[in-house]
Amino acid sequence: MMESRTAHAPRSSQQMGESPSIMSKRKAKDAHLPVGECITQVQRILRERLCHQQLPDKPEGVEAQQKHLLELLKRTAVHGESNSVLIVGPRGAGKTMLLKCVLRDLLEEKEAQKNLLQVHLNGLLQTDDRIALKEITRQLHLENVVGDKVFGSFAENLAFLLEALKKGDRSSSRPVLFILDEFDLFAHHKNQTLLYNLFDVSQSAQAPIAVVGITCRLDVLELLEKRVKSRFSHRQIHLLSSLTFTQYLERVQTQLSLPEDFPDTKFAQDWNDSIKTLGEDKSVEEVLQRHFNSSKDFRSMHMLLTLCLSRVSVAKPAIKPADLQEASRLCFADAKANMLHGLSILELCLIIAMKHLNDVYEGEPFNLQMVHNEFKKFLQRKSNSMYNFEQPVIMKAFEHLQQLELIRPVDSSSAKTQREYQLVRLMLDHSQIMEALQKYPQCPTEVKQWGMSAFG
Amino acid sequence: MKYFTRLRVRRVYRWRGEPVRFNRKLRTREYSSLAISVEGLPRVTVINAGQHILIEGEDEDNPYVARVVRLFGDESGKQKKAVVQWFVRVSEVPPSKLKLLGREPHPQEIFYYQGRSCDDEVNAESILRPVQVKHLDGAAPFPDSDDKDTLYVKLSWDSKSFKAVDSAVVESASEPAPASSLPPPSPTSRPKPSLPSSPPCSPPAAAPASRGPSRRALPTPDPTIMRKASLGEVRYRRATMSAGKAGAAAEAESRHSATKLSASKCLSAKRRNASARTPGVRKKLELSSPEKMTREDILDQLLDEELESDAMLAQRLSSSPPRALPLDQRLTPLRKAHRDPTVQDDVLLQPSIILNKVSLSETEGPASSARDEPTSPQQGDVMEAELPSGSVQTPRRRNATPRRKQATTPSRKKDLKTPREPVLGVLAEVDDENSPMLPAAATPRSSKRKSAQLVSSRIRKQLNLLDNQLDLNSDGEDEDEFIPSKKEMQSSSEEEEDGEEEAGLDSDEEVVAKKIRHATAGSRTPRSKQRTRSSTRTPRKTPSRKITPGTPRTPRHATPSIPSRSLPARQPANVLEEARARLHVSSVPESLPCREQEFQDIYSFVESKIMDGTGGCMYISGVPGTGKTATVHEVMRCLQHAADVDEVPPFHFIEINGMKMTDPHQAYVQILQKLTGQKATADHAAALLEKRFSNPAPRKETTVLLVDELDLLWTRKQNVMYNLFDWPTRRHARLVVLTIANTMDLPERIMINRVASRLGLTRMSFQPYSFKQLQQIIMSRLNKVKAFEEDALQLVSRKVAALSGDARRCLDICRRATEICEHSATDPFATGLVGMSHVMEALNEMFSSPYVAAIKCASVQEQLFLRAVIAEFRRLGLEEATFQQVFVQHQALCRVEGLQPISVSEGLAVCRRLGACRLLLLEPSRLGVLQRVRLNVSQDDVLYALKAD
Repeated sequence: MMESRTAHAPRSSQQMGESPSIMSKRKAKDAHLPVGECITQVQRILRERLCHQQLPDKPEGVEAQQKHLLELLKRTAVHGESNSVLIVGPRGAGKTMLLKCVLRDLLEEKEAQKNLLQVHLNGLLQTDDRIALKEITRQLHLENVVGDKVFGSFAENLAFLLEALKKGDRSSSRPVLFILDEFDLFAHHKNQTLLYNLFDVSQSAQAPIAVVGITCRLDVLELLEKRVKSRFSHRQIHLLSSLTFTQYLERVQTQLSLPEDFPDTKFAQDWNDSIKTLGEDKSVEEVLQRHFNSSKDFRSMHMLLTLCLSRVSVAKPAIKPADLQEASRLCFADAKANMLHGLSILELCLIIAMKHLNDVYEGEPFNLQMVHNEFKKFLQRKSNSMYNFEQPVIMKAFEHLQQLELIRPVDSSSAKTQREYQLVRLMLDHSQIMEALQKYPQCPTEVKQWGMSAFG
Repeated sequence: MKYFTRLRVRRVYRWRGEPVRFNRKLRTREYSSLAISVEGLPRVTVINAGQHILIEGEDEDNPYVARVVRLFGDESGKQKKAVVQWFVRVSEVPPSKLKLLGREPHPQEIFYYQGRSCDDEVNAESILRPVQVKHLDGAAPFPDSDDKDTLYVKLSWDSKSFKAVDSAVVESASEPAPASSLPPPSPTSRPKPSLPSSPPCSPPAAAPASRGPSRRALPTPDPTIMRKASLGEVRYRRATMSAGKAGAAAEAESRHSATKLSASKCLSAKRRNASARTPGVRKKLELSSPEKMTREDILDQLLDEELESDAMLAQRLSSSPPRALPLDQRLTPLRKAHRDPTVQDDVLLQPSIILNKVSLSETEGPASSARDEPTSPQQGDVMEAELPSGSVQTPRRRNATPRRKQATTPSRKKDLKTPREPVLGVLAEVDDENSPMLPAAATPRSSKRKSAQLVSSRIRKQLNLLDNQLDLNSDGEDEDEFIPSKKEMQSSSEEEEDGEEEAGLDSDEEVVAKKIRHATAGSRTPRSKQRTRSSTRTPRKTPSRKITPGTPRTPRHATPSIPSRSLPARQPANVLEEARARLHVSSVPESLPCREQEFQDIYSFVESKIMDGTGGCMYISGVPGTGKTATVHEVMRCLQHAADVDEVPPFHFIEINGMKMTDPHQAYVQILQKLTGQKATADHAAALLEKRFSNPAPRKETTVLLVDELDLLWTRKQNVMYNLFDWPTRRHARLVVLTIANTMDLPERIMINRVASRLGLTRMSFQPYSFKQLQQIIMSRLNKVKAFEEDALQLVSRKVAALSGDARRCLDICRRATEICEHSATDPFATGLVGMSHVMEALNEMFSSPYVAAIKCASVQEQLFLRAVIAEFRRLGLEEATFQQVFVQHQALCRVEGLQPISVSEGLAVCRRLGACRLLLLEPSRLGVLQRVRLNVSQDDVLYALKAD
């Protein structure tokens, strides 16, 4: 492992996300490229990086975990020792990335590469053991051994696979690596048959297997049945990012920086400088701080940066703080409040009426009739500015709101009661209604005032 | 796939004559002989005391061999019993013990059985038919040139060792008995205290014996002096040979004649034709085998001759291709209509090879023919080895077609086998439909030539080795042959004369070619025979699927395996790696420490049941990782060992696991498969097992069944459990069921009364290991490999004992500790030992809750949200709040903290992230702001984590 790491190091410094073939191609014509060409290159390189198409050379901040996992898998691949391990961490913490990096490092070793068989399963795809078994059989290429039997009955499949695994032994069979993504979903399969059998094989002198589960649930062990749990080795690799804001900022900068081998050196220089100044900008720091506070997840950061990047064009060949702010505004925009902008005045009035009802009755459910009455009270006060609408029109508007899921019936038994008297709840927070009122185009002042006022 | 759907032949058993003796005490009547007749057939087989017989067993192709000692029935005559002296076949001797023999067993060798684990009283209705058993002197070679239909006894077997056996004990009247009118022979009339080592072809030794008068006077069944010749592959066919040769062939014939079709007329015509040649042939035969002919031999030859003529007919017909064409069109109807003729043809075909040999010897002289016979099997073997796939034969046969017109014998010979193989296919089906079990019917199919048997046994072995592809080839070929050859056979019989002329035209060089071809034919024969054989057991639709059970011949039956590694696994290099390998749960320890008492209890329970030949249930409970399954396995290993050295009778151990099946009813399927190798649907398997365990069967071994994870076999009606516990109570079941589950009160909790009652009260509970035991376990596993500090071990075992007492956990922690030790030490040889700190680290990794760390690592808003949740809980005095309520708190907290308040969408996202980690428990997110929120961690943990920040 040490060798592989050192062998890897020199490459990592020069590569920075650029694949070697392109590198050599571009090197030939080192000179200045037209700006358009440069922008295209920038977009391509950075998008590749942000959209996870390339693994980082070395996962950051998880060196210990990487070493642990690599050692573990290597022992399976090389010594034929069966193991089981769970990688646990919140979403976007880099679990899959870590595993992929480890696998890449592992497969660089010839000994492992020649021996290791891999089976990738995903709890979202293999929703029951029957499908999972078929997939395993397929990925192990056992189906050519069985002919038509692969797609035999579930029981046959299971017996078949167990037989296959049982026949192997530690020293002679090729090790099999089972990767169970969304591991927690496998725990919901009936009887946990698959997990029991995989762990049982990993704890008995059969074909060497390594079971790697990936999950974001911290309580995953509690999902396992007691005998399944007993067979699991209880190795857990927790990926919890203890990232500080400074590291976060650095990360943003490295993500946006162009590699040294960018064809047009001058453009790259300019770009990198502009990124640096961007990082020092106060408003940018504020935006990033807000994102950092919200989530340490790299994925959300990448989303933000992608939005910025998409604003880069020939006319504007650099990322400006304003871009970042705009992107941040998009990211933090409230979905429900935005939906309110598209409502008609009547519908908005109904929403406001509901808000007042909510205030009065402290969140108790209400029905159409109550809303209508509230609305009528408002009309009596401000009859000059608004028309009174017929009951069917109100009803239609009410139904529309329900379809948009801005309101929601309390119980599902909608058929029993008349529509007018069916109890519903408002699915919006006051702040969202306020925000919508502020931004609603050409909102009548009376309506606005009515909305803002504390009392109906 | 084997489904037992065939009809059985119904045999009728009747006492012959008056009872000889009446036992007042047992109220049984002893009889001198038993008559067996097959329904619908006139022939009667008579079984006399002292005669060797075949007894129906589990393997229908390898019936048990025994000698009748006594026949008796109860007063009403309903129950017919026989006391027998058993013989074991080679296949029944454990392979490990076969080595004691010091030589290759002869395929027809059987051993005089002196063990005591078998009940010697059998139901007389399980008797199939008589068989001929001959005693051979220890030094005498097995006769192999003639009379291939007897079983040979040289040695006795007492389940420990082989001993020489006296001929007087073995030899007895074994009458082929088609003609029951013959006087019963007596073994005692011709005592042979020391049989001079018989020449290779020594049927006379036994044959005259079979004529001896009395079977009433029993040969003293002194077990110590018996022995027997036998051979590696024991088969039904072979077993049937001696008795079946004449008798069964006749029976088959008579059967066919009963349902006579037009073809039988042809047969008789042919017979007449052939009779002209018969004397000459017989003379030659007599020349080549100087011994006295037994009655069967003569019969055989007579039969052979007619058969031969029939075959020649077939052959000749096949040599007229143009004529075959029109016949082609009515092929299908013909096949149905002439099913019986085809059977007969088959019967005839094998002898026809003998004819060729005979005709060969006519040109070459008797010496060569005598030489020919024994050598042919070897040739066949060689051929088969070199050209393992039958495909080689196909071109050759095709080549033969033009030559046929030149009227040479070799070509004829090739043709000989052409019709035979397909016929066998047909025959198999016929057999399936008509009388699959009829042993006599099986006999004619089997080759009467020893060479064929020899070769077939070898081929069988080879087939086991050959891969599937080959089998596919050969099978495919068979199917190709199937139809054309059928045509040939059914074409008319005009060219018979030509064939006879051809027979005389052999030149010397063709003799060689003939030999080879003959060998090929010979090698071919057993294979097709084999197929037929298995077909008697398993009805299959196409010949290609007639497979020896258990042999992975086609992909359908292939047992899969993970490919083997291209590079060898590395061996452990240092102490820590060594320790790690030893500590892996999978490594099987030399002994199981700390479970001595449980071991002893289970051992004595199972042992006593095996000894008594009774059945019983035992329920074993205990939390996971307390060594339940391991202990049972250990017990079984010890008992198996004891059985090997004959301290306990042999038994059969199978295990099923409730977790390793998809449905409780699959238990039946798995049990049946492990018991007999058959595959069946769950319902069918249940029926078969029911039958197996409730019916008495001779020489049944005790079965020990381990049912792991019993609770998963629960069904609504609990019939799986009911059956599992009911079978052992049957009188003849000899079944011991050991069940394992986790909960101690499982029987009371989930079982209905009748199930729990049958499970009985033999219960055992495995307590969780105490820390001392855990320590001992680790120590015994490490076995002097010094890798741990004493204190470290104690820490691990105390910690695990306090938590669960799960030995697996303990071993895993130790293993992890060695890793940590290895990584932490800069120089792995510096300290070497795993210390407290390493163990502590491992323990922390495995047992510490990740929640606190997760909260510490959460983002600011996530932490704030958790605080808001707690604040809201406190305000409400409930442990549950809606998101909307929490969000209000959250906004307030944001202001307090000087953070910009977040929007509802973002708040929901934060909440969702916490929910995904299961720090919070959430309602489905479609409820939006109305979804209710709960903490999945204790409030104290949250506060602790947030405070420490």
